[in-house]
Amino acid sequence: MKHFRSIEETGADGLVRLLDLADHMAEVNRRPNPKVPALRGKTVCNVFFEDSTRTRLSFEMAAKRLSADTMNFAVSQSSLNKGESLRDTIETIAAMGVDAFVIRHGSSGVPWQVEQWTNAAVINAGDGWHAHPTQALLDCYTIRTALDRQQSFDGLKIAIVGDVKHSRVARSDIAAFTMLGADVTLVAPRTLLPPFVDVPVAIGLDDVIENVDVLYLLRMQNERMTESLVPSLREYTSRFGLTPERARRLPEHALIMHPGPMNRGVEIAIDPAELPGAVITQQVTNGIAVRMAVLFELLGSGSNLEENA
Amino acid sequence: MSNQIAITGGTVIDQTGERRLDVRVADGSVVELAAGLSSSDADHVIDASGCVVSPGFVDLHTHLREPGKEEAETIETGSRAAARGGYTCVVAMPNTDPTQDSVSVVEFVRRQGELAGLCDVRPSGSITIGRQGEQLSPLAELADAGVHLFTDDGDGVQDPLLMRRALEYAADLDIVLAQHCEVKRLTEGAVMHEGDCCSRFGLPGWPSLAEELMVHRDIELVRLTGAPIHILHLSTAGGVDLVRSAKADGLPVTAEATPHHICLTDELLAGYSSLYKVNPPLRTMADVEAVRAGLADGTIDAIATDHAPHAPDTKEQPLDQAPPGMLGLETALGVSLAHLDMPLADIVAALSWKPAAIAGVADAHGRPIEPGEPANLVVFDPNEEWQVQPALLASKSRNTPFVGIDLKGKVKHTILNGTMTVKAGEATR
Repeated sequence: MKHFRSIEETGADGLVRLLDLADHMAEVNRRPNPKVPALRGKTVCNVFFEDSTRTRLSFEMAAKRLSADTMNFAVSQSSLNKGESLRDTIETIAAMGVDAFVIRHGSSGVPWQVEQWTNAAVINAGDGWHAHPTQALLDCYTIRTALDRQQSFDGLKIAIVGDVKHSRVARSDIAAFTMLGADVTLVAPRTLLPPFVDVPVAIGLDDVIENVDVLYLLRMQNERMTESLVPSLREYTSRFGLTPERARRLPEHALIMHPGPMNRGVEIAIDPAELPGAVITQQVTNGIAVRMAVLFELLGSGSNLEENA
Repeated sequence: MSNQIAITGGTVIDQTGERRLDVRVADGSVVELAAGLSSSDADHVIDASGCVVSPGFVDLHTHLREPGKEEAETIETGSRAAARGGYTCVVAMPNTDPTQDSVSVVEFVRRQGELAGLCDVRPSGSITIGRQGEQLSPLAELADAGVHLFTDDGDGVQDPLLMRRALEYAADLDIVLAQHCEVKRLTEGAVMHEGDCCSRFGLPGWPSLAEELMVHRDIELVRLTGAPIHILHLSTAGGVDLVRSAKADGLPVTAEATPHHICLTDELLAGYSSLYKVNPPLRTMADVEAVRAGLADGTIDAIATDHAPHAPDTKEQPLDQAPPGMLGLETALGVSLAHLDMPLADIVAALSWKPAAIAGVADAHGRPIEPGEPANLVVFDPNEEWQVQPALLASKSRNTPFVGIDLKGKVKHTILNGTMTVKAGEATR
């Protein structure tokens, strides 16, 4: 595995491999000294063209747990306006000698475009609407551990609710969940779905709420109203929001997940603390382990995880 | 006789038919056609064995970028690329800076083309001032200055009333309006064709409907006003059907298609390379097949390149920020012969005399190859297979999607008004 850019590109075998590796990383994270020398001497550069505190911190912590050196290149909008092209940015950093780029960009496809300008490994921390594969990894890992599904997700009913059209999280999750055998249903109005969809669609949360094993809520952004995609957030919540009334009808074992940050009162209209099945904080914790797995898989040739740094 | 060229051993293909004859050119005209012509007095002898000798190609749709974007292409470099592609005439698109909406700009473009001396550059005019879609350009004044084709290309005229007025006004003048059919409100932010691929790639899409709606609108406006219209870069199966019906109804509608729309599809955007980003976008195989069928049955009259050079640094941006467009002049013949299952004479027609008629240059280009006719000719090998080498392109830019693809058909010599502009594949100046 040279890059980790999308679930589709990685494939089912690669996906399972990374999830198994994440188990070892989770074990490392439970040690009194949660640090191993596996990536000592390697440099990982976070190049974030879009703001993201939580993902960036998560990658930084993952790299440090593996003893890699980290660099942060936060590209503000103003420096882009000064005319430094994407190519120049990547080539400049590559020339400093990084082993891996962790890239987040508002435009789909950037992790593929940069391949021509660097030999370093490329990890996609989110590109436009297209993919957010480490999010999908941590989501799979969370379901795997919380529902004790180490082998496969066969027969697992997962509902993804919300703005799928603009969501890289949704695209990567749909790919990963179906690759592992789950039955995925999308719950959204037509205006929030991509033009072509090849998984089943439900037109309201009520259609799936009593029959779901995992309820995955996507963030519903304010901007979507100005684009005439939904008439109002209130109408969105009435058809698709996880209200206290709907929460009461969830199966007892059902997991409730969210990629964060949450729009309280919109897609989730109940305090997660009152939802026994909510695993939203576990998702964040698991994010470290899966990102360590990705970094180790791409950069840790031959090193072992036994010794402590 | 001065500047005599003898073309021997070739097969002449023009609108009158196909025949194995030698051709003598002198003083800017074709002077003799016969078998076994003597070449002893000729200044240049062209051995055209295995080659076709046809009227020089006419491109209805070329972006020469000058004035305004000379870093991408100039009228000189674009003319050179045209000549190497077998073109003796190109219609220069008006989305320059300043726009070709005044006699002074149009005259500048025409003059630059004349100075370059590599191709007959005919500037088009914009339909509206600044291509803003609000006010009509001085159509009659520009027509008097020699402009025949008018378009807001880069954009379509969005306002149906304005388009109606433009057609009504144009009906009295011997000009043709050409439309870039795109309903802008349906394509905001779009980067590629709207379909299964864009959904997977996470990119906003350009639905076929955005083209079809304007094609339909303009056909009906033509029905109402009686003025002719030419549809630029037709790319959808639905659009081809609409034009077919319009022609069956006897309406004065013509259409063109680009070489890239006869062979490339939206799947190619999987690698997110901006080389494949173009307006209208690459669509599905079904659309490609419909465009090919449209060319084969005459629904689509002409192959037009939509040659759109962009400086490399502008294309090396994220896909949604990169400008749309691809080079086309130097690969049009090679792509057309490789991908169109049509009689060679019909392909030559779509490259030369049919676009010549639409461009209003049929008095000089696309002429029958007969004594007395102006010598605007191309000699090409219809069977030679070759691949593009970007470094050897005459264009100033390099944004061609055809690198590494087998092309069929290579231009050997181009003759403009009896003077060789391309000799053995290389420009003469």
